[in-house]
Amino acid sequence: MNNRIYIYIAIAVMAGVSYLIRVLPLTLIRGQIKSRFLRSFLYYVPYVTLAVMTFPAITEATGSPVSGFAALAVGIIAAWLDAGLFKVAVSCCAVVFILELFII
Amino acid sequence: MARFSAFIKRHRPALVRGFRDGIPIGLGYFAVSFSLGIAARNAGLSPLQGFFASLFNNASAGEYAGFTLIGQNALFLEIALITLITNLRYLLMSCALSQKLDPKMPFYHRFLIGFDVTDELFGIGIAEKGYIDPYYMYGAFAIALPSWSVGTAIGVMAGNLLPERVVSALSVALFGMFLAIIIPPSRKSRVVGAFVLLSFALSFITSKLSVFSSLSEGTRTIILTVSVSAVAALLFPVRDEPDDSQEVESE
Repeated sequence: MNNRIYIYIAIAVMAGVSYLIRVLPLTLIRGQIKSRFLRSFLYYVPYVTLAVMTFPAITEATGSPVSGFAALAVGIIAAWLDAGLFKVAVSCCAVVFILELFII
Repeated sequence: MARFSAFIKRHRPALVRGFRDGIPIGLGYFAVSFSLGIAARNAGLSPLQGFFASLFNNASAGEYAGFTLIGQNALFLEIALITLITNLRYLLMSCALSQKLDPKMPFYHRFLIGFDVTDELFGIGIAEKGYIDPYYMYGAFAIALPSWSVGTAIGVMAGNLLPERVVSALSVALFGMFLAIIIPPSRKSRVVGAFVLLSFALSFITSKLSVFSSLSEGTRTIILTVSVSAVAALLFPVRDEPDDSQEVESE
């Protein structure tokens, strides 16, 4: 398959799934989900999936594993202090940038 | 025209309030989507493709996982599955949000609000008193949507122009955002914290195991997410009170 067409179909697939996930509960489900297991499962999913995607990937995304680990540590500390999305992201970037001035 | 101006006059306060609350969200989105654009570029997407992907997906983790799979020329089924898994939290958020919508509100609003249910927009929506005025959400969308999609496109373009050092630094912004989502609840709930740590550990171990090396990154994420979340749900089910779904039993 042509790569350009492949990417556009992939984007359409992603968009379709993302939209259905959001719009189906809004339009179909009126009451509470009954199954306690299902609600609990859905409650844990975001934390587990984001944790799996963050580590060890963050240590492999940068120019050196050292700066990646430093970004992880700084990010956890900043988030622990409730710094908020924007500040946590910026702190991670800053520590990588500063460290890599010295180690690369 | 007279009808239009009457329409604007009626909904202006909600639109303006939504837009104002959307400004910090838009600023954060711009920075994060810029780094998402770098991931899109690495997967071979053009700026226009990055723009469309973000405009129609509005999901950081989901898009990141999707781009990773696109870069590996994965099957559409795999891409659909990883999008489903990484965006499952929006299903939960939309369930909660549905309780905040007036049953008497025109039905088409549900289709429009569903377009941009994200962590942050869900957050400001759920914080509204009583039923949500859909125009409040549209005001916030008016700044969140362009920030997110244009930011991604600029990330794809400027990723090429920026020095390696800067790209390296910006590529952790997205992970920083993920941490900002998972760490505060980990502090408040020991159970969530323990499962976040367990997920880190299992993710690290499986990324080194040869059994898993034949699987794509996305499939590994799916397997770990489903199994760890299922175990957590079995061992530590959330409480049953309707308005308390964010709480976990402490024992």
